[in-house]
Amino acid sequence: MKKILLVGNPNVGKSVIFSRLTGVDVISSNYPGTTIEFTMGNLKAGEERCQIIDVPGIYSLEATSKAEEVAVEMLEGGDVIIDILDSTNLERNLNLTLMLIKKKIPMMVILNFWDEIKHIGISIDGTRLEEILGVPVMPVCAVTGEGIKNAVSRIREAKVSAYDFTDKNRWKAIGEIIEKTQKVEHKHHTLLERLSDITVRPLTGIPAAATIMYLVFEAVRLLGEGIINRLMDPFFNNVYMPVVLKVAGMTGAGFIREFLVGKTPEVMKSFGILTTGLYIPFVVVLPYILSFYLVLSFLEDFGYLPRLAVLLDNIFHKLGLHGYSSIPVILGLGCKVPAILSVRILETQREKIIATVLLLMSAPCMPQTAMILSLGMRYGIKTAASIFAILIVVSVASCMVLNRIMKGETPELFVEIPPYRLPKLTVILKKLWLRIKGFLMEAVPIIILGVGIVNVFDLLGIMGYFTKLMQAPFARLFGLPGELASVALLGFLRTDMSIALLAPFSLTSAQFVKAGVFLALYLPCLATFFTMAREMGWMSAVKITVWMLAATSLVMVILNVVL
Amino acid sequence: MKEYMDLTRLDENEKGIVREITGGRGFVNKLEMLGIREGMEIIKVSGIMMRGPVVVRAGNTQAAIGYGMARRIFVEKEK
Repeated sequence: MKKILLVGNPNVGKSVIFSRLTGVDVISSNYPGTTIEFTMGNLKAGEERCQIIDVPGIYSLEATSKAEEVAVEMLEGGDVIIDILDSTNLERNLNLTLMLIKKKIPMMVILNFWDEIKHIGISIDGTRLEEILGVPVMPVCAVTGEGIKNAVSRIREAKVSAYDFTDKNRWKAIGEIIEKTQKVEHKHHTLLERLSDITVRPLTGIPAAATIMYLVFEAVRLLGEGIINRLMDPFFNNVYMPVVLKVAGMTGAGFIREFLVGKTPEVMKSFGILTTGLYIPFVVVLPYILSFYLVLSFLEDFGYLPRLAVLLDNIFHKLGLHGYSSIPVILGLGCKVPAILSVRILETQREKIIATVLLLMSAPCMPQTAMILSLGMRYGIKTAASIFAILIVVSVASCMVLNRIMKGETPELFVEIPPYRLPKLTVILKKLWLRIKGFLMEAVPIIILGVGIVNVFDLLGIMGYFTKLMQAPFARLFGLPGELASVALLGFLRTDMSIALLAPFSLTSAQFVKAGVFLALYLPCLATFFTMAREMGWMSAVKITVWMLAATSLVMVILNVVL
Repeated sequence: MKEYMDLTRLDENEKGIVREITGGRGFVNKLEMLGIREGMEIIKVSGIMMRGPVVVRAGNTQAAIGYGMARRIFVEKEK
């Protein structure tokens, strides 16, 4: 099968075009570095079936980072290159095009963001460009799909370019091409451009960032709470529970009944797989996941995150990181697994380790946050908020220490800032669905399994055994009831579930804060651990885990004295 | 009169023409990829206080550049 590579600078819309060509949905965002691994899909071009590969973005063939190295290596195996250009940055993008021409692989050129150029006063003569380069040149607007069909119909015409130049004169050659194909007229700043300046200048940008962060937090909370209180909780309690209890009642008392619906009719304390096992993922967690990713997707596609990275750069330098590390940290508010994958955008192993520690310790993932909010709000906003405040202090302190003890320097920020773009609702909803699907397919079964395990352990008396074993150290060091030891034991399976296990205990507010901090910090969940091992090696994954465990113990002893 | 200065000393909204980039081939290459090279006109969009990054626009590309790197890019200020 013919191998077609989608190649281009970062953030030119390769992933959107990939989705258009293959029908395979992939996550795309408006900032460089969203695609860190290549994705494959199939396309039928005429009679021929082709394999399409979405290659991570590169600026040149002289790779400067790991992701770029991978991309450059992949070029060797391609039969056809579709070079995707950002029409609004034709000159800069042609640099890679000319480098690709030297590879002598059949090629075609796609000019993306064709709809945007007229707004900024640029006109490009695509036909002339095609004449000069000697390969098909097709304008498209990937987000709406305009021009994609025409582009596909010309893939067959891809050929090795006969355009000749010496590498030394590359920029001169580009200058000549631009001269012949592009006209720029002066246009006033658009509203989005003015908004961009406002949000990246310190005087206006810092208050704007604070406001945006506050609004994001409130929007996620209100939307999440709204869905729970108005929709999911009433449905679960008034419609679902009576039916389930009735059906389970028919099985008679005993083991099976307890396994299905638990011992008490109170849903969060029962630990039946049909009650708590479904209540946690669908009623408590899902609404928050939905609202968080809706808001995050908007920020991603609008293009705000790189600007936040610029404003946060100073603070991050104190931790041994540069501002772009804020992107993995923000992704980590949702789920740690994709966050750790995105750490690849950083260059050195030192940065990767510090960034991973920061994203793991600074805040819980969204399912865990949902559980902390849902249980913590019974004690009041102060209790819930103090857990998050403690986590931030601990993670910052932890990274400052790592920055001191780990050898090496902090590289400087160097990143392209994409223009603001108004996101398309359909694109946002599609991305939201991809992420929700991930949660439903991967997380929900494990939560249900975990609740089942708790149930069986409880019935077999294993929980009681561990409780006895851990009671003394837990009580003396942390001031927590010994039963929590068994909760901690299951925490590595899924951390949100471990917090749910706190529900049956009547903890005081201070105890809940301690237990919440402990369960959020002490270990990464299983999926996170394996992702770390894959990305950074087993040694680093183990080291990070031991570091977290040690930091948590220290914090817990301090908290026990203070609270 | 023409003034010659490094990027950190340019004010917000001021234009300059890149005249010299001091650094290795890798550094020059990196800047080149975002359209910052000798002879190009760039506009400083923002500079974050306390030795924070500098944001510049070159053509339609905006880039954030760390303070230390910005110190090594010299421009001729346009009046």
